[in-house]
Amino acid sequence: MTLPTPAPGKTRREIHEARARQRGIVIASLSTLCVVAAVVLLVPLAPGWEAVQKSFFNGEIFLRTFPKLLQAFLLDVAIFAWCAPLIAVWALVIALCRDVRNPALYPLRLFAVLYTDIFRGVPVVLVVYLIGFGVPGLGLPRPWNSPYIWGSLALILTYSAYVAEIYRSGIESIHASQRAAALSLGMSKSDAMRFVILPQALRRVVPANMNMFIALQKDVALLSFIGPVEVLRQAGVFKSLLANFTPYVVAAIIFLCVTIPATRYADYLIAKQNRARS
Amino acid sequence: MRLMTLTAILALSAGSALAQNACATGKTLKEGVLTVATGNPAYFPWVLEDDPNSQSGFESAVAYKVAEKMGFKSDQVEWVRTSFDEAIQPGAKNFDVNLQQFSITEDRAKVVDFSAPYYSAAMAVLTTKPVVEGGATPDLASLKTLKWGAQASTTAVPMLQDLIGPDSDPLLYNDNADVVEAMKSNQIDAALFDLPTALYLSAVTLENGALLGQFPADRTQNPDRFGMLMSKDNPLKECVDAALTEITSDGTLDLLEDEWLAQNTGVPVIK
Amino acid sequence: MTHLVLRNIQKSFGNKTVIDDLDLEVAEGDMVCLIGASGSGKSTLLRCINLLEPIDDGYIELDGLDISDPELDPQPVRQRIGLVFQSFNLFPHMTAEENVMLAPRRIKRLSREQLRPDISALFQRFGLSEHMQHYPDQLSGGQQQRVAIIRALAMQPEIMLFDEITSALDPELVGEVLDVLRQLKAQGMTMVMATHEMGFAREVADKVCFLSGGRILEQGPPEQLFGNPQQARTQAFLSAVL
Repeated sequence: MTLPTPAPGKTRREIHEARARQRGIVIASLSTLCVVAAVVLLVPLAPGWEAVQKSFFNGEIFLRTFPKLLQAFLLDVAIFAWCAPLIAVWALVIALCRDVRNPALYPLRLFAVLYTDIFRGVPVVLVVYLIGFGVPGLGLPRPWNSPYIWGSLALILTYSAYVAEIYRSGIESIHASQRAAALSLGMSKSDAMRFVILPQALRRVVPANMNMFIALQKDVALLSFIGPVEVLRQAGVFKSLLANFTPYVVAAIIFLCVTIPATRYADYLIAKQNRARS
Repeated sequence: MRLMTLTAILALSAGSALAQNACATGKTLKEGVLTVATGNPAYFPWVLEDDPNSQSGFESAVAYKVAEKMGFKSDQVEWVRTSFDEAIQPGAKNFDVNLQQFSITEDRAKVVDFSAPYYSAAMAVLTTKPVVEGGATPDLASLKTLKWGAQASTTAVPMLQDLIGPDSDPLLYNDNADVVEAMKSNQIDAALFDLPTALYLSAVTLENGALLGQFPADRTQNPDRFGMLMSKDNPLKECVDAALTEITSDGTLDLLEDEWLAQNTGVPVIK
Repeated sequence: MTHLVLRNIQKSFGNKTVIDDLDLEVAEGDMVCLIGASGSGKSTLLRCINLLEPIDDGYIELDGLDISDPELDPQPVRQRIGLVFQSFNLFPHMTAEENVMLAPRRIKRLSREQLRPDISALFQRFGLSEHMQHYPDQLSGGQQQRVAIIRALAMQPEIMLFDEITSALDPELVGEVLDVLRQLKAQGMTMVMATHEMGFAREVADKVCFLSGGRILEQGPPEQLFGNPQQARTQAFLSAVL
């Protein structure tokens, strides 16, 4: 009997793993191919496929509406761009208010608790409607009654409630010993929070916040309910005029082009954090 | 007595079967019934009190007249509600005809069928008294400077661009109520609607409402004509068209228009 | 001269008494070692002296000042008392130098430039000059613990408390940390140390206290406590660990 001679420079374990990896890739490719083939071959056999294709995947309409939809999407990006930093700041204020222990400042704490409860409990679209139409209805002069201002505020208020909770979980995840170390040096509680706890907490919640901001990028479309013609509304207009749903598919693809990379990046950050912690 | 009732029922059903026009036979969703769709809710003056069965309101009245010409008695007309999206989505429809101020356009006609037009709409500019007092006048130069709004799923959107071409981008809304709300909040100055809807909104829902002007129905550019919507290549289309032609030529349609849609010649024509 | 005096200290968590009527005096320049089993109250006692944990009853006097007064602002007191933890507790998002500079910068309002000469000297003294710009996770346990000691020293405390600072270290790293304490002792720093390093306590301590159940059962110079323990429980503990 002869023992298998290992390839030069490789351990037996390495050879085994390389082989297993190869086998895995082949099996994964085959099974994916089978599923894709089944979808491609079987779906068009459905009796309504032709009508669905014409209504949802119409190439001509795709090309016709894409440039204008992409342009409308820039408005989504702009609204996102001015909302996101304001959410990051306002949420931090709320999170810190919830941590206030001074009895004189109790109203702040109460406010923060009520705030997060209320804004997390109401659907975003309702807040957009109520604030977007309600506040300007009080008789503000132009341009201060703009739906862009009040619609954005509605998003900021709602998302801040969620992000504040994320911040708070981040703050609580920093071990008490860090605070003790800062206090033992004679630092004030607020300095301990500002220089020791918060910098670590904020870093830790980056992945969770990434997910919130991906959701925000989608919810920006809700502003269309109070007037602004962003991509969802523009797609709706095209849908009405062309009696065809393809513009919605175009809008979905545009969203995915932004959200999929962002989601992947968030997942990557989470995985990196988990590795660092273990 | 019982015998008599039975006879009466037999006679009635036999009568209705006979009365049915040969054209529509076998072409409706349910045999012997014409299923008609309207919006949810259906608005004044197209349907009164959101009750299409009442035969009150222009579209309700037209539907019953057309049904009658096709050989359906009023108790053979059934109503369903659909949104715009349901009307155009692929797949089986739950109505034979759908009328809720659908404008006939070439693009839509690629996906669904439209009957001959049953109404030609003037487009009117709905605004508020403060805007009129602020100096807005019914001419294009003045209209261009206003902040515009419109209902997103209507042909008012492209018409706004084609007829007026406002200086700033219009704001668009889900339904009439939201357009009115935005006008109340002073977020928009004016909105474009078909004339009957505009008349209703200015009179009933919008406090301080005013009609600044109209683009008359018989304009040659960008006419806005309403048709009954049917699924693509629906064999019923020829029957509906025949019925509509009949009530148009015998003057019935004009009478219904006079009855249900206020003629507002007092609204100035936009130059 | 007596520097730190503890009288009748009581401390409990819920209904669990952790420190029970404890008295202790620490003279200036002395090194006092607290020994005893885990849970005997050593750590809690140190945290109480630093005012991280408020005591329930009794008095703590530092240079004649009653620092255990509940109405007293603990912040200035803590600046006079350094505390080093078993788990180092360095701030992981800061370099070694930033860790050390943070408290003096915030409390004494000194700039980095003003602080740098003194702090560089401290790093040099404890053999860490080349690690000033490293982050905690780039340092070994022994190095981290030495940075933590420097961090406490940078506030120029009058007294230093050490809470089992070698317990989390690999055995080969213990020596470098204990060397630092020997240096401090030579300079006359007043120190209280909870430790399991009996050899070190015997060598350096001026006084050794054996804690059990939140009380000091026995105390005295190391040669007496280690050489001729009076209490049965002290004997049992020492025979188990030595």
